[in-house]
Amino acid sequence: MAEKLLGCCFTVHGRDYDTGGATSTEIKSILNDLELDPALVRRAVVVAFEAEMNVVMYADEGHLTLTITDEDITIEMDDSGPGIPDIPQAMQEGWSTATDEMREMGFGFGMGLPNIERNSDSFGIRSEVGRGTSVVSRIRLDGHG
Amino acid sequence: MRLQDAADALSCELLCAADGDRVEVDVVVASDGMSEILAFHRPHALMLTGLTNIQSVRTAIVADVSAIIYVRGKRPSDAVLQLAVEKCIPVFSTELGMFDCCGILYSAGLRGGM
Repeated sequence: MAEKLLGCCFTVHGRDYDTGGATSTEIKSILNDLELDPALVRRAVVVAFEAEMNVVMYADEGHLTLTITDEDITIEMDDSGPGIPDIPQAMQEGWSTATDEMREMGFGFGMGLPNIERNSDSFGIRSEVGRGTSVVSRIRLDGHG
Repeated sequence: MRLQDAADALSCELLCAADGDRVEVDVVVASDGMSEILAFHRPHALMLTGLTNIQSVRTAIVADVSAIIYVRGKRPSDAVLQLAVEKCIPVFSTELGMFDCCGILYSAGLRGGM
């Protein structure tokens, strides 16, 4: 059984573009302090950042849980947002429901969820319209998914 | 290529924190879409963008880019530059547009990594 090394929870506030991304940069510092492989750290932080910015853009609030064991890094984001009615469509690169404001901030080009999946060794998403979305990403420390 | 040579090729103004003689770059990532930059996996790229908000620097941190060049004469706010200084990311600005920047750097031997 995997040994848990660290667990942290963060609250991400929706529509707060100024602080959006700050949680992910903090997570990068945490992972770097553990002296993990920089390539794995980069993948995990991209996952966290995209998940965080999805909350900033679409949800009222999100809760990110970071768990590190001697086997993997798990990032789980649960948000209280509008939910996704068609997940396969949302997973297509380039498909987006972003507003002009979101695009002016540099996001909302239909790359967020695909970037999370691409950087994950295992990936899960479930959503309920009107209630929210949960995304789980797992990255193996041995680099072999 | 030395970062300073790339910056000189684009007639850049240094905005903060650089020792361009020591930093080497061999690939460029150019976009106003931050997720496009995050989709690029090679670290230590030179990032060209017209987006000057705080997310441009946070994206650079996450993507491990070596330096940021803001195109079309754009300049970020002091708060954005302060974050770049804290994270030791060199920042430049050039009057040139994105297309011209990419063409000049390509001609100088740099390649895109997307």
